[in-house]
Amino acid sequence: MNANDNQEKLFTVSAFAENAVGVLNQVSAIYTRRSINIESITASVTSIPGVSKFTITCRSTRPVMEKVVRQIEKRIDVLRAFLYADEDIVYQEVALYKVPTEKLLEEKNLEWIIRKHSARILEITPVYTVIEKTGHSDETMALFEALKRYDLRQFARSGRVTVTRDPNEYVTAFIEQREKDRTKG
Amino acid sequence: MNQLTGAQALIKSLIAEGTDLVFGYPGGAIMPVYDALYDSQDELPHILVRHEQGATHAAEGYARVTRRPGVVIVTSGPGATNIITGLSDALMDSTPMVVITGQVASGMLGSEAFQETDVVAITLPITKWSTQITRAQDIPAMVARAFHIASTGRPGPVVLDIAKDAQVGMMTWMGYEPCTFIRSYNPTPTIDEAKIQAAADIINEAKRPLILAGHGVSIAGAENELRTLAEKIGAPVGATLLGLSCIPSDHPLYVGMIGMHGNIAPNYLTNEADVIIGVGLRFDDRVTSNLNSYAPDARIVHIDIEASEWGKNVDSECFIHGDAHDALKKLLPLIKIESHPLWFDKFVACHAIEQEQVIETEVNPGHGQLKMGEVVSRVSAATGDNAIVVTDVGQNQMFAARYSRFNLPLSIVTSGGLGTMGFGLPAAIGAKIGRPDRQVVLYVGDGGLQMTIQELGTIMQYGIDIKIVLLNNNFLGNVRQWQAMFFNNRFSQTPMLNPDFVAIAAAYGIAAENVTERSQLPAAIERMLSHPGTYLLNVDIDATDMIFPMIAPGRAVNEILINSSTYFSLPQ
Repeated sequence: MNANDNQEKLFTVSAFAENAVGVLNQVSAIYTRRSINIESITASVTSIPGVSKFTITCRSTRPVMEKVVRQIEKRIDVLRAFLYADEDIVYQEVALYKVPTEKLLEEKNLEWIIRKHSARILEITPVYTVIEKTGHSDETMALFEALKRYDLRQFARSGRVTVTRDPNEYVTAFIEQREKDRTKG
Repeated sequence: MNQLTGAQALIKSLIAEGTDLVFGYPGGAIMPVYDALYDSQDELPHILVRHEQGATHAAEGYARVTRRPGVVIVTSGPGATNIITGLSDALMDSTPMVVITGQVASGMLGSEAFQETDVVAITLPITKWSTQITRAQDIPAMVARAFHIASTGRPGPVVLDIAKDAQVGMMTWMGYEPCTFIRSYNPTPTIDEAKIQAAADIINEAKRPLILAGHGVSIAGAENELRTLAEKIGAPVGATLLGLSCIPSDHPLYVGMIGMHGNIAPNYLTNEADVIIGVGLRFDDRVTSNLNSYAPDARIVHIDIEASEWGKNVDSECFIHGDAHDALKKLLPLIKIESHPLWFDKFVACHAIEQEQVIETEVNPGHGQLKMGEVVSRVSAATGDNAIVVTDVGQNQMFAARYSRFNLPLSIVTSGGLGTMGFGLPAAIGAKIGRPDRQVVLYVGDGGLQMTIQELGTIMQYGIDIKIVLLNNNFLGNVRQWQAMFFNNRFSQTPMLNPDFVAIAAAYGIAAENVTERSQLPAAIERMLSHPGTYLLNVDIDATDMIFPMIAPGRAVNEILINSSTYFSLPQ
């Protein structure tokens, strides 16, 4: 075991499951049981028909998370589950900010803020303006801090969407193998 | 092709799956199923229990002794919430069970309808799989899936929550197709040959090997392979509580039970072993005690069908993911014949001390009130050590486990992981129904018996023949023992004022007698065992009797108390 293993840090788990009612419950229950607080969660379709992907982040240690991943995989409807540190994946989040339009108009540097944060404006009405930013959480939070003084009314940040850096596609390979097993009987 | 209701399709599917009997209790939301059952009583007999919890434990007892899933049918709402303990128990102890719960009509789901409860959500963390059926035509395929999941891999309980409209709705019966494949679930993993070789290398280098046999050996039917392995390498074999009877008690290499109240030799010498071969066990905390000081010198080979057991509690040098039978079969040809007489002598030496300082005073006290160990030992001998031993939970369980001897496999039915008081009586009923050819002896305390005592009614109604040994100390004995040892003799809420158990048995038409003196015991046991039908022996037990040896919580596996104040040590 590596000495750093017991250090708590942010981990991302990707769980691939059959698209069935209640699977998210089954997966999240593993966290509840170990009293691990989920930081963010994203459920989405994948490129494989009938397969859903759950991307869950939380703070914990590697030994604990390795057990969590195996217990997720133990659930009948789960195909595979993987544990990632940030360096293993390319990931992105999206955040939306709702700000009163009149406050924004007072700001001379609005263009500068939008440019600096690589944000964009989605909608402007006389009452409010909606700004969108994609990025890592430190980036979306930086814009959050910048917009605070304009009487930010709403802020929402998505969970992570991720793809792996690993050139191997393990889920596809797993499903191909299982389809071979099926025909073998 | 014919048209059936969902309820008829359910019964037909259960029969097609080979179900020979169901345990259950009717109620509003499951009435269509009970109506369909009325037409199939010959093919699918039903045991009406007195409480739904009893149905689940009976199904567990049935499953443990037959290796087939126990089937349970209950209604929605309170019927379903009453099965929670049994589901949890079955999950912890790897027991296959298919439970059908009624549910309100699908259009009323989520409306707090009468006797509605969110069964799938409640049962999700305590089942292997749990799902809801809202359409009649889905029933056969879901039943097939349920049986496949419950009975393969690491077995466990499965719940099918069937909405009332799915029970009464019509479907076209296309014949029954058993499920043999689920894409996301592989219960028969290909065993890694490299791991087998690695395990063989570790085992072949062992100087002080110790085999620990768990429930997985019995589930996989790997008793012969385990014994062959032990004999080939001359290794002592310890068994977990649920692993008892997977090797005969009189086998020369069998060294006893491991765990908190297990035998001294296999516990103490765990920390001297250089190789531990764990087969089909979870290395749970009652076995390992303090993990930080567990088996410090041992290279661990761990065989388990459940991948998530890899490194869950102990770090193994070699984890073989697979069925115990298949894995051992692959392993055996690579194993060299060895013997370790000096190592084995240590087990003999430990056992001699345990025999003298613990067992003898428990089994042959000679004076004073009766002790649990002596009662168990006498009953075991009177059955020729051939009975199926069912236990409740607590001191009665530990004494039954320690002092019963087993000649035959699949002979222990006990609640290990969950430790469910009240398990014993209904589980004994299920075990007898599963194996009517075998004698079934239940050891139960006065506390646990009263948790499910209503199942005496089930015994009466179906003429079931079990031998109930009530180890009655008018105390919640195990809690009392901990209060004596760790809570300064403050017996908080453990003394019990008990009813006249013989009179209660009589009210159910069950033969019973009191045993208060040592001299009465042998004849009473004979009367019990020769009686045609259930018999209750209410035995007065010394309330101060404590179960030893004991590894106190947090202690190392070799820090073993042989009485309240003395630790075991092995003279050098």
